[in-house]
This record gives sequence, C-alpha cells and structure tokens, in this order.
Amino acid sequence: MPAPKNTKAVTHPESLKEELPANAPEKHPVNQGLGAEEKVRLYRQMVRIRHFEQRSIRVYQQGKIGGFLHLYVGQEAVAAGTISVLGPDDHVITGYRDHGHALMVGMGMNECMAELTGKLTGCSKGKGGSMHYFAPDKNFWGGHGIVGGQAPLGSGIAYALKYAGKKGCCLCYMGDGAVNQGAVHEAFNLASLWDLPVIFIIENNGYSMGTSQARSSALAGSLAQRAEGYGMAWELVNGHDLYAVRAATADAVRRAHEENKPTVMEIFTYRYFGHSMADPDKTYRQKDEIKEYREKRDPIILWEKQLLQEGVLTKEVAEQINAEAQAEADAAAKFADDSPFPGVETITQDIYWEEDNRGAETSGRGTIVFG
Amino acid sequence: MPVISYREALRAAMREELQRDENVVIMGEEVAQFNGAYKVTEGLLAEFGPKRVVDTPISEAGFIGLGIGASMLGIRPVMELMFWSFSYVAFDQVINNAANIRYMSGGQINVPIVIRGPANGGTNVGATHSHTPENIIANHPGIKVVCPATPYDAKGLMKAAIRDNDPVYVMENTILYNDRGEVPEEDYIVPIGLAEVKRAGTDLTIVAHGRATITALKAAERLASEQNIQAEVVDLRSIRPLDEETILESVRKTNRVLLVEENKPFCGVDAQIAYLIQSKAFDYLDAPIGRVSSIDAPQIYCKKLEDVQIPNPDRVIAAALEVLR
Repeated sequence: MPAPKNTKAVTHPESLKEELPANAPEKHPVNQGLGAEEKVRLYRQMVRIRHFEQRSIRVYQQGKIGGFLHLYVGQEAVAAGTISVLGPDDHVITGYRDHGHALMVGMGMNECMAELTGKLTGCSKGKGGSMHYFAPDKNFWGGHGIVGGQAPLGSGIAYALKYAGKKGCCLCYMGDGAVNQGAVHEAFNLASLWDLPVIFIIENNGYSMGTSQARSSALAGSLAQRAEGYGMAWELVNGHDLYAVRAATADAVRRAHEENKPTVMEIFTYRYFGHSMADPDKTYRQKDEIKEYREKRDPIILWEKQLLQEGVLTKEVAEQINAEAQAEADAAAKFADDSPFPGVETITQDIYWEEDNRGAETSGRGTIVFG
Repeated sequence: MPVISYREALRAAMREELQRDENVVIMGEEVAQFNGAYKVTEGLLAEFGPKRVVDTPISEAGFIGLGIGASMLGIRPVMELMFWSFSYVAFDQVINNAANIRYMSGGQINVPIVIRGPANGGTNVGATHSHTPENIIANHPGIKVVCPATPYDAKGLMKAAIRDNDPVYVMENTILYNDRGEVPEEDYIVPIGLAEVKRAGTDLTIVAHGRATITALKAAERLASEQNIQAEVVDLRSIRPLDEETILESVRKTNRVLLVEENKPFCGVDAQIAYLIQSKAFDYLDAPIGRVSSIDAPQIYCKKLEDVQIPNPDRVIAAALEVLR
C-alpha cells in the first residue's frame, strides 16, 4: 500500500492561486525522449481539439446540433498529455465530455462533427450523439452519458486485459462531479482489490455542472486522496502543463503495466465554457475567473510558449497549424452539412448483434424489435 | 434420459460452457468459495479454479459494470445476482450500459454478458427480495430476457444465453431449484425466443412463463380431471424476444385465453401479451382475455397470505372457468 501523503487541502478552482508541485516534469524520461516533431504534433493535436470545439459552437448556434454539447475547451492538455503516452494495448473510456479524447485517439473531425449533427456518416451513424462517441478499433470505448457510469466499465476493460495476459491498461476518465457517485467507489474498490491495470483520471475542472467542488465534495486533502482509503496510489497533476500530465501518466501506466496496480490521478484543469451549451454560465462563477485562466493557464498558450522557448516551434509554424486546424474544422462542418440523415429503417438496426448478423451462428429466434 | 434438478441443470450448462469456451467466467457474490448462495455454482471453483470462477464483493453496480466492460473486449461473463431484486442497485449498468452500448456505438460493439439469478416471490422474505423485474427489464431494447420453468429449459436456455452475443438476462426461481426433470446429457440449446406448448388442449389457451407455467400445468390437470376441460399451456420461456407465432397459433385454435404470471399486473408482461392477441387475433376471440397475476401490492411477508398473493392453481382454475363461461 502506498504511504499516505501529507497534503494540504486542495480544492478547485481556488487551486489557481497555488502552484502545484511540478518536480521538473520536463526531465521525466517520457518527456526527455520527446523529439521536436512529436512536441509540435502534440501542439497540433491540442489546437485541433480547440478548433473542432469552437467550430461546433457555431454549428450548434446554427441549430444543427440538438441536445447537449459539452465542450472541452481549456482542458486540451489533459487528453493530449495522457493519451500521447499510451501504447497499442492501452485503452480509453470516458464520460460525456468526450470530443478531446476522441480526436486524440485518432477519430476524424468529419465523423465526429457528423455525429453531432445526427448524420449517417457520424461515428455512430447518428445513434450516439455528442456524449456517446465510440471507436473500438482505436481502443476507445466511449463516450458515456451517465456521470460515473463508465467507471465500472473501465475496471472491466482492465480486467479483460489482465485476463487475456496483455500488458495493457485502461485510462478511465471522469469529472470532479463523478467522484461522489457510488459506482465510482465500487469501481475503485474492485480495481484495487483485484489489482487491475486501470488509471482513473479525475479531470477536475472545478465545477460539477454549476456546483463548485467546495459545495459538492467532502474531502481530506484532495479528491484523489480518497484513493488512500482503497489502498491505491494517487497523484495530483497540473493539467495546464503538458509535460506534467505526461510525466504523471507515464508513471501510472508503468505501475499498471509492470505491477497490475491501479492509480487515481486528479488533474487540475478548467473549462472556459458552460457545463454544456445549455448552460448560460451566469450563476456560479465570475467572468474574471475564466479570464484569469484563459490568460494565465491556457494549456495551448503555455505549450506554445514552451516550444517557442525550446526553439522547436516558430510563430509562423504555429500560425500555420492554427490555420490548418481551422480549415479542417470548417471542412468537417461542411462534410456534416453535406451528409445525409440516416433513414427511418435504421432506427431498429444495431440493437442486437444476433439480429444484425442473422445466419448460421445466430441462436436466437422470435420477435425482438416490435414494429 | 437422466433426471436432474433445475439447479443441477443450470450448473451443468455453466460447466459445459466453461469447458467449451475459455473466455467464459462465472462471477458473483458467494459463487466460488461459498459454492453459491443457492448452490447453483457448487463445485465450479474446485473444477475450474479462481480465474474462471470469481467471488465478488457485495457491489452489484461495480461488478456488473465490470462484467459489461470486460464483455466489450470479448470476455463472456456469467454474472450471478443473488436475487434479481439486487439488480435495482445496479440499474444504470444493467440497463444504460448493457442495453445501449451496441446501439449508441452504431453497432460497433456487442456486449455478450449473461446476468442470472432468482427473480421470484413466494419465499417468505418480504418485499425487497421478491421482485419479478422481467417486465421492467424486457422493456429495454438491446436486452434479452428468459424465464425457464423446467430443468430441460433451464439448461438449454442457459447454454444459449452464454453463447449469445447480446446481453441475456436469465431469471430463475428459487422455488424451482429442486424441481426435477429429464435433461439430456448431450449438448443442446433451447433457442432464445421460442415458446413451447407444454400441454396440448382445445378449450382454452393458458399463456404463462417461469413458475407460473408450473402453476398453470397443475391447474390444467385439475381442469381436465375435475371439469373435463382441456387447456393448452403455452410456456413463453423467453419474454424478449417473444415468440408471437406460437401464442397466436394456440389462440386461433382454442379461441379463449387466460394469461398467468407471477409478475404484478400493472404494466406486466401479460399486458403486452394481451395487446398482441387483440391486435393480431381479435377475430378469433370468443371471450375477453382473462388474467391472473400477483395481487397488486408489495410482496407481503406473511407466508399464508403470500401464497394467496402469488397465482396458485385455485385462482387459475377460477379465472379459467370465467373465461369459459
């Protein structure tokens, strides 16, 4: 069991006022080994996420996206930093704020944008929507709409990897609001009890919808520290610093791969927009707070500065990357526009494997879809 | 043909599937060391070891969700709920995740999980442990629900469930665990979605599922010997998928219908069956459809009254005579 740490209470978003311990993450082997090209690629990936999200706002405002749209703007370094250290047998599952993770695992802007507009060319043929992206061919298992409901699934993915003897792990993301859900605690318990290679990543953006962490979570020290009660390793991470995110994730992945041990990572981050597009964002935080984060802690600006300083990026290249990402997002919006809606006949498809694959292997009979 | 119990039939199905497919894992509370709260999984740990037969903490949302997650990657977990009543604390996993992931992924993923355990009243344990949620759960597209009534069906449906690539929920009955019947030793499955005429008759169709089938058969025997009435008993076996044709064929033959279930009546399974019959065989009906279900109240503890609350042969016979009046 990891030794308890003595940490002072860390609540978010007040943590802005405190510097989180960094331990020179740029010197971590996972970052030391990063070439100039890879550093620029990480920049490009974060910029792509941002432009995709900003473009989706316009599509939403044009009335082409229904329902909920939970934006990832401000949190890009979390998805980029964590997913960039994964290998071929590592898997990802997340909650409903899933666009950043989807683009990071390699899903295309076109299929993602078309899913938002409910088109046949969407990643789930218009059946999942913003909160339910899936790409099992890219080890991405959703996209889950119910707060914390994906945590037991994440433990299950890790269980399957261990059962099959794979040297892999599962990154299981959730928001700071999820840690008060029972299913999350049940998943924590099973992960530690059975030594499962799962890494629970709390993307702490300070607010569970409109309720600040201070108003929602009882804690000793930090949310991640709840892991101590389950005998799990845990870590607090500055989510505005890509090097820090990568370093902490690499340690947790090593623990999962080498020891089959779970970890809880709490990554401090911040979302610039409301909980979803349906949130006018006027009741629970001050505009100054958002401004301060945008100016002082923006993960993309900070990474850009870092790379300019390191001499691996120039202003011109950065501008070009931004222009390309914007063009790609514009093209995705056009692709979504030009794509057809799915036909009415598709409503009753993709419900049962046994129905979709009727043949020699089918064991079921009878009526399962009522006409 | 060997005569074994319903419990042994379930166990034989799991044993054979554990042997057949290395991805099958038995998981649940007390299934391994304790040999099963109802001894359904007795001996499986000794035979297959702790990798294949796994005790879980009392943590239904956690372990059911874990099983669903593992099944997305190809593990075929057979999860025991000590009671289906306990599924209520895991409902988000049982419904939202297991039923919807295939659909929401546009058919990219399937969830080959089995959740099994007793779903019945009649055991004098009070309301919290006596739920019959087959109606609630079968309401959700994406899930299959089967309710075996006999040892033969218990084994055949369990094997079909484990081989099925969709979530199949097997609702057993503790009162039936000791019932004995002929079960072949050779490999067979009962296809999911196939009803069976358990007793042929000409005067009246009784549609039932689970233990209500046994009650209906007892009532049918008495109707025959005491009243010279030949009732046909259709055992649904599977709630979803539903074998509409076998029901309708019997109705077209007898022209009179009595629906029997241990479920509570409001929005029960038989409400759906009654709708089906009136919409597809209305012209064949010579009388209004009759119905016997559990009396519409939370399950009562008092055993004397619980035996009245759940359908018994006397109530079935009285209702049958009403339909035949």
